[in-house]
Amino acid sequence: MPKQKQLQVSAIENGTVIDHIPAASLFYVIAILGLDQIPNQTTFGANLDSHKFGKKAIIKVADKFFERDEINKISLVAPHAKLNIIRGYEVVEKRDVTIPDEVVGIVKCFNPKCVTNNEGVLTRFRVEDKEDLALKCHYCEKITSRDELQMV
Amino acid sequence: MKNKSLVSISDYSRDEILKVLELAALFEARPNQPLLRDKVVASLFFEPSTRTRLSFETAINRLGARVIGFTDASSSSTTKGETLKDTIKMVSNYADLIVMRHPLEGSARYASEQARVPVINAGDGANQHPTQTLLDLYSIKKTQGTLDNLNIYMVGDLKYGRTVHSLLMALSHFNPTFYFVAPKELAMPREYKIFLKERGIPFYELFEMGKLDQADILYMTRVQKERFSDPMEYERVKNAYVLRNAMLNGTRDNLRVLHPLPRVNEIHVDVDSNPKAYYFEQAENGVYTRMGIIAAIMGLESELTNN
Ligand SMILES: [Zn+2]
Repeated sequence: MPKQKQLQVSAIENGTVIDHIPAASLFYVIAILGLDQIPNQTTFGANLDSHKFGKKAIIKVADKFFERDEINKISLVAPHAKLNIIRGYEVVEKRDVTIPDEVVGIVKCFNPKCVTNNEGVLTRFRVEDKEDLALKCHYCEKITSRDELQMV
Repeated sequence: MKNKSLVSISDYSRDEILKVLELAALFEARPNQPLLRDKVVASLFFEPSTRTRLSFETAINRLGARVIGFTDASSSSTTKGETLKDTIKMVSNYADLIVMRHPLEGSARYASEQARVPVINAGDGANQHPTQTLLDLYSIKKTQGTLDNLNIYMVGDLKYGRTVHSLLMALSHFNPTFYFVAPKELAMPREYKIFLKERGIPFYELFEMGKLDQADILYMTRVQKERFSDPMEYERVKNAYVLRNAMLNGTRDNLRVLHPLPRVNEIHVDVDSNPKAYYFEQAENGVYTRMGIIAAIMGLESELTNN
């Protein structure tokens, strides 16, 4: 088991490995981080066995080191994701993701009468509850909860 | 508050609320003060609301400003597909202040971010209608002499009624005690009860109005049949939320009955002649309150208090 982990994370010389992504969230994470838009060498693994989640996904991005704000954006779809920062084939740092206080442009407001769903406005939410996930829309002031969560 | 938009009642602090009410009282004493003679105010009604629009336009005219705008979306360029953003950007070039009513929730906040001039929200869908709340507060203060330590009864549809939600939030600055009288299906939503609990504000939930002998303010709202999933339930409860004159026997002398209007049948006409009925005066207070809001936003405060 430790050996296998070693293999997974040591495949790149420098960069970031994002582990423990729920398999179903892989493509959201790719979209949120814009990994389909960058020139870096990127490897995805989907439907890997995980003790915690059943099936997980993993992403390795060469020569990319994320800012904390940037990586926290994925916390909504992958709250238990773990980051391994790799330098010279070694894991030099491990990080968790945390749900930010404000969520901009990732999530859709669940309210069909909200201005953001009708006038092409960038969504903005204040995170009122991080445990149960309650996102208060900056515009219509309604709460979007985890059950209603939809990505833009 | 100068140059600050008024989108939601929570944009105003306790002191800012009191300041607006003070200015409103000055205008009530002297309604014609053309302090905005050289100004243009845009009145943009993307959906019709004659009552609110006339109140605003009267306030603007009494302040001596000129009004531009439209009274419903069919007479504006939005029917040609123009975005709200473009309309607001364009109007910002002409007007010193924008008053806006729009059916989309959150549209007023968005407009305030796009406009170069302050925006007053005259209703954004089911979301906010802060000038109604301020006129309710003005009516309460005028009839009770204070906003502090009052017993407030809210009756009827407390689930969907945005006016009661905004009023509840505004009054939370003034140490009230609330009595919520509503059928189970239209009870005060949990989020507002949590809001009150967090602030240590007492409230009681009742299914009937009862004796009303502790009430200072009786705030009535419409109970609409469409709100019930079961029409039989509506028939069963509807009479419990209708106020009749006899029910005001034995109530406090200072009690006043308020209603955001228009009413349907939730206040029987036999109440109208009771001196405790205040809903028609309440509507009239809307003009002074809106003058006060505009004056505060346009920075007229010193001109007003010095003459
Ligand atoms: Zn919204």
